[in-house]
Amino acid sequence: MIKKLLLIICTIGLFVAAVQREQKYGTKPSSTQALADSVDAETGLALDPHFAIVKAQCTGCHSPKLILQHRFTRDEWLSKIRWMQRNHKLWDLGETEKTVLDYLAKHYAPNQTAYSRREALRNVKWYPLEK
Amino acid sequence: MKETLHNRRGFLKKSALTTLAGIVGTEIVFAENMPKNHVPLAFDEGLKGKHPDMIVLSDKPWNVETPPHLLDDAVTPIERMFIRNNGLVPEEKIDPKAWSLTIKGESVKAPKTYTLSELKTKFKTYTYQLVLECGGNGRSGFVPQTSGNQWDQGAVSCAEWTGVRLKDILNDVGLKDDAVYIGYYGKDLHPSRDPSKVVISRGVPIKKALEDETLVAWAVNGQELPLMHGFPLRLVIGGWPASVSGKWLHTIAIRNKEHDGAKMDGQSYRVPRQPISPGEKLAETPENFRIIESMPVKSLITSPKSGAMLDLGKTLSLRGHAWAGDLGIKEVQVSIDYGATWQKANVQPPKNRLAWQHWSAQIQLPKKGYYEVWARATDANGVTQPMVIPAWNPGGYLNNACHRIAVKAV
Repeated sequence: MIKKLLLIICTIGLFVAAVQREQKYGTKPSSTQALADSVDAETGLALDPHFAIVKAQCTGCHSPKLILQHRFTRDEWLSKIRWMQRNHKLWDLGETEKTVLDYLAKHYAPNQTAYSRREALRNVKWYPLEK
Repeated sequence: MKETLHNRRGFLKKSALTTLAGIVGTEIVFAENMPKNHVPLAFDEGLKGKHPDMIVLSDKPWNVETPPHLLDDAVTPIERMFIRNNGLVPEEKIDPKAWSLTIKGESVKAPKTYTLSELKTKFKTYTYQLVLECGGNGRSGFVPQTSGNQWDQGAVSCAEWTGVRLKDILNDVGLKDDAVYIGYYGKDLHPSRDPSKVVISRGVPIKKALEDETLVAWAVNGQELPLMHGFPLRLVIGGWPASVSGKWLHTIAIRNKEHDGAKMDGQSYRVPRQPISPGEKLAETPENFRIIESMPVKSLITSPKSGAMLDLGKTLSLRGHAWAGDLGIKEVQVSIDYGATWQKANVQPPKNRLAWQHWSAQIQLPKKGYYEVWARATDANGVTQPMVIPAWNPGGYLNNACHRIAVKAV
C-alpha cells in the first residue's frame, strides 16, 4: 500500500516536473506547428466547435502544451486518457470522450511530414543467422 | 486491364504472371520488385542476366539497384551491378567490328577516329577495379523529397574493367595547350526517341581525364560489356559520379572550356556552392551550383543481410566495403550502440587506386534483444561519414550517411 502510494507520488512528481520543465524551456517548435487554421491565443490549441469541451476536460490538471507537443493516433490518445484515469485521477469523460478523441485525432494525429534525420529501420525480415 | 493484372496492393497477380511467362517464355522472377501497378509489356535487356532480388526503380529508362547484401563480393559480378540509364538502350543492332571512337573538339590538333580493333591493338591494355557510384545514391534519405530516382544504398559497384588508357589515346591524337575538359557522346536514345536530342553528354576536367585509371573499356570482369552497361565501348572513370562514365561511347570532345553537353547544366549533378536549408529554393545558375567532382567517403555492410538473428554468446562476423572518391580509406569503425562507442574494423588496402576497400569486424552482442550495427568510414583526409543525413540539396545528391543493419541476439 505504502509502495503504491509512493509510486503514485513519484509518478505525479515526474509528471509535474515534466510540465514545469517544458514550461521553462518551451516545446520543440517542430511539434507545435499549428495544424489548424487558427489557434486559441491562451492555450495554443486548435480552434474548432469542440475546442471549449476539450479545454475544459484536458487542461484542468496539465498544460495544454502536453497535448501540443504530441502527435498520436486515436487509439494512442485513448490510451493516454485511460492512463490518466488509472494514475492521475482523471474523471470519466462520459459522452464527451468521443468528442475529445475526435478533436485530438483530427488536429494532433501523427505528422507524416515530421522530419527525421534517420528513420527507424522498417520492414526488417528476420531470419536465423547460421554459424 | 489493370484490375485483371494486379491485386489489391498493386502487385502483379499470379495469373497475370503465368500469362506473361507464356508471352516471354520465361518465369517472371522480378514481379515483387516491380513498381506498383506497373504493366510490363515484355522483358527486354533490362533485367536479362540480373539477380532476381535486384530492385527496379524504373524500366523506361532502366534504373535498377542492388540490395546491400548482394554487394558482398570483392569484385561486383555483372548480375549484381546496378543500372542507371538516362535514356533508352540503343535499338539498332550493334556491330562491334563497325564501331569506332572519334576524338575531336576545340583542343585537338586534328580530329582522329579509331576502330574498336585498332584501339585494342594499338594501345596497351589495362585492367582496374573501379568504384562506380551514382551521384544520387542515397537520394531516398533526403527530406523534403527531391526528384529523381529514389535510390536507397545500392547504386554502387566495383567491377574489374578492361580497356585502354584515355591518356594514351589523347597522346596519340595530340592535344593543344588549352584543353580544359572532355565531353563524351554515346548512342543511347532520348526517351522521346527524337534522334536530334542528346540524352546525356557529360565529362571531367582534363586533369582527371588524364589519370592512369581513366579507361576506354570494352570488357568487364573478363567478358564483353553487356548491352545494358555500354556495349561495345564505354568510358570508366572511378571515384566521380558514375554519370561521367559514358556508355555506348562513339565520340569524345576535347573542350577548351567546361563541357556544356546534356546534364552538365542547371542542377544536374551539381550541388549548391553555399549550404542551404532543407527545401530552400535556389535559382539554377552556375554562380549558385558547382559540379560534383570526387564522391564523398562511404561504406556498406554487406554481410550479414539486415535482419539476422543469432544466439546470444555467438560472435557476429561483419563484412563490407568502404570507398572515398579520389581518396583512400584511413579507417572503418562499427557501433552497436548508435554511435556511443565505436570499434575499429580491419581494413584491407585497395586492389588499385579508386577501388573499394574491404573491411571486416567481429562483434559480441552483450545481451538478448534488438541492435543496429552502424558502420562508418573515414577518408585519408580524416573526413568521416555522418550518421545523420547530410546537407540537403535540390538534386538529392551525395547522401553518404552511415549504412546500418538490424540484428537480434536471441
